Amino acid sequence: MRFTKSIFAATAVAAMVSGGALAESLTIATVNNGDMIRMQGLTEDFTAKTGHEVEWVTLEENVLRQRVTTDISTKGGAFDIMTIGMYETPIWGSNGWLVPLDDLSDEYNAADILPAMSGGLSHDGTLFAAPFYGESSMIMYRTDLMEAAGLEMPDAPSWAFIAKAAREMTDRDKDINGICLRGKAGWGEGGAFITAMSNSFGARWFDEKWNAQFDTREWSDTLNFFVNMMKDAGPAGYATNGFNENLSLFQQGKCGMWIDATVAASFVTNPKDSTVADKVGFALAPDNGMGVRSNWLWAWALAIPAGTQKEAAAKQFIEWATSTSYIELVAEKEGWANVPPGARISLYENSNYKDIPFAKKTLESILSADPNNSTVDPSPYVGVQFAAIPEFAGIATEVSQEFSAAYAGKQTVAEALAKAQDITNEAMEAAGYR
Amino acid sequence: MARAVSSQRKLLNTLIAWSLGLIIFFPILWTILTSFKTEAQAINDPPIFFFFDWTLENYAVVQERSNYMRFLWNSIFIAGGSTLLGVLIAVPAAWSMAFVPSKRTKDILLWMLSTKMLPAVGVLYPIYLLFIELGLLDTRVGLVVVLMLINLPIIVWMLYSYFKEIPGEILEAARMDGASLKSEILYVLTPMAIPGIASTVLLNIILAWNEAFWTLNLTAAKAAPLTAFIASYSSPEGLFFAKLSAASTMAIAPILILGWFSQKQLVRGLTFGAVK
Repeated sequence: MRFTKSIFAATAVAAMVSGGALAESLTIATVNNGDMIRMQGLTEDFTAKTGHEVEWVTLEENVLRQRVTTDISTKGGAFDIMTIGMYETPIWGSNGWLVPLDDLSDEYNAADILPAMSGGLSHDGTLFAAPFYGESSMIMYRTDLMEAAGLEMPDAPSWAFIAKAAREMTDRDKDINGICLRGKAGWGEGGAFITAMSNSFGARWFDEKWNAQFDTREWSDTLNFFVNMMKDAGPAGYATNGFNENLSLFQQGKCGMWIDATVAASFVTNPKDSTVADKVGFALAPDNGMGVRSNWLWAWALAIPAGTQKEAAAKQFIEWATSTSYIELVAEKEGWANVPPGARISLYENSNYKDIPFAKKTLESILSADPNNSTVDPSPYVGVQFAAIPEFAGIATEVSQEFSAAYAGKQTVAEALAKAQDITNEAMEAAGYR
Repeated sequence: MARAVSSQRKLLNTLIAWSLGLIIFFPILWTILTSFKTEAQAINDPPIFFFFDWTLENYAVVQERSNYMRFLWNSIFIAGGSTLLGVLIAVPAAWSMAFVPSKRTKDILLWMLSTKMLPAVGVLYPIYLLFIELGLLDTRVGLVVVLMLINLPIIVWMLYSYFKEIPGEILEAARMDGASLKSEILYVLTPMAIPGIASTVLLNIILAWNEAFWTLNLTAAKAAPLTAFIASYSSPEGLFFAKLSAASTMAIAPILILGWFSQKQLVRGLTFGAVK
């Protein structure tokens, strides 16, 4: 009897110990945007399936970037999962700071991830972050204003058409600007837009020997075209406008066209927030007939910092959050328009999702951006609207400040480009690239 | 006649004071108003002042999404703890500098203040590494120590200024009556410097409450105070101004109430010794 009791007691203790070891508490750092907040609301589903608890640290994008960079570079271990983008992933992967995601389960079906996304989130062919959602950029335009201007938006317009349409749609008396674009300083704000735009004009940040290219005709053409178009058809003070400012203008019916992130499509077509929700059309970002369009490619992805004590549980979470069953869960709870887009091939084969008005253009935009081949002439870097080197964020922030000063009329385009050339070459020399 | 001029001047002064007060308070008022708007109303151009459909939806969303009470408790613990610890260290330090100065006292005071001129980010990595080594990352105790250290120069300076106003003869008299050093500080000096100590405490609670660099960089899920709570509602890709305003209002409400009730002590303490 005593022996039987001992066996029961030992079994109970073992069960408790093993149960305790299995149930982990994961700390996840993430950004504050609609899709991530939705995921936080659905975490109970993950806990119910695995027993793991989740604690969220939600921060503004730039604060998050600084916070997770400090932690991962010092091996602080404050987070078990980090939300990072396409810029950080290849750099951190090559530094050995991230756990490779090359052993995800068969059920997860990693082959279903859009190649553009898996390519941008890998280093040397190894996936280091799983895309939660992906985005490109595209044109969102007012169908009524386009019609009133007597024009028809092509599926894949040129910059010449966009400039013409922008000028014709502009009606200063009615407070309507033909086009709203980012001019705000910051590598992820105006810097991202102008870099993607410059690709379609044949410009690039660096030649193959890492020499800055701002002294080329292509960059001069890009910036002059942008400034002239915005002067004629852009909103006042566009030099300080970023995503949110343009979203606000568009939703209030003050923009004829807006070229920005594909995720904005769900905002401008939401009748709760947008006064023009039923008058929005979509087209691919413009080109200049040089074989490269002006759209970017980005993904918010989940990665595991190397050295975490909870790797197995963290992988379980990543598999849950970036799986097709998660997409189905969101669709069931909040509708297909709210599922995280741009990550999985199967989403775009789903008949329910095909009815979403911006789904097709989002996919086409994502598929037309190639981070490994983003410029007309060859370049030594990976990335469409950025160069995936650690120095880029600092350099591009300074360069975009010079560009914004030119947009604001504080200096000429030529002066801004000359300063950008010096800033970039000096920084690249100091970093040992040249 | 002189009386009429005086009234006019009084009215003018009142108007200027109210105008300045309104200008200073306007951002807070606007934040509070925005917190009761919908997201669409929050970004309306031209801006809507009072005539909109007031809603509590943003507060409900914030309550549902975040554990406000945990952030609030962390803020109270960190701001209160760092101030208390700082005052405990600063009172003896300020006493010695005010009443037993050496030839290097002024240099030490200036050196202490000069540490405030160092950009915080310059020492982020060393402090982060220290926190990892000591197991203080994402702990309230760690933040209490850091915020106490960064505010200590201000506490010492303020207390030093108040103590300097107290005649040394009173302390000498206490000593002649047989008071020990402890009794002299506790029963003679401290009661006389209560207004100064109170304003120092209040100002440092406000400074620690609003501190956003260290509290964001040294915390994760457990010890994050209200500054992290606000940061979680800011977004460069999405219009969440109404929710951000609701979160900000909830974060500043406790310190606004504290400031409102203690404004007399604050003004009295801050102007202590300003006019001789």
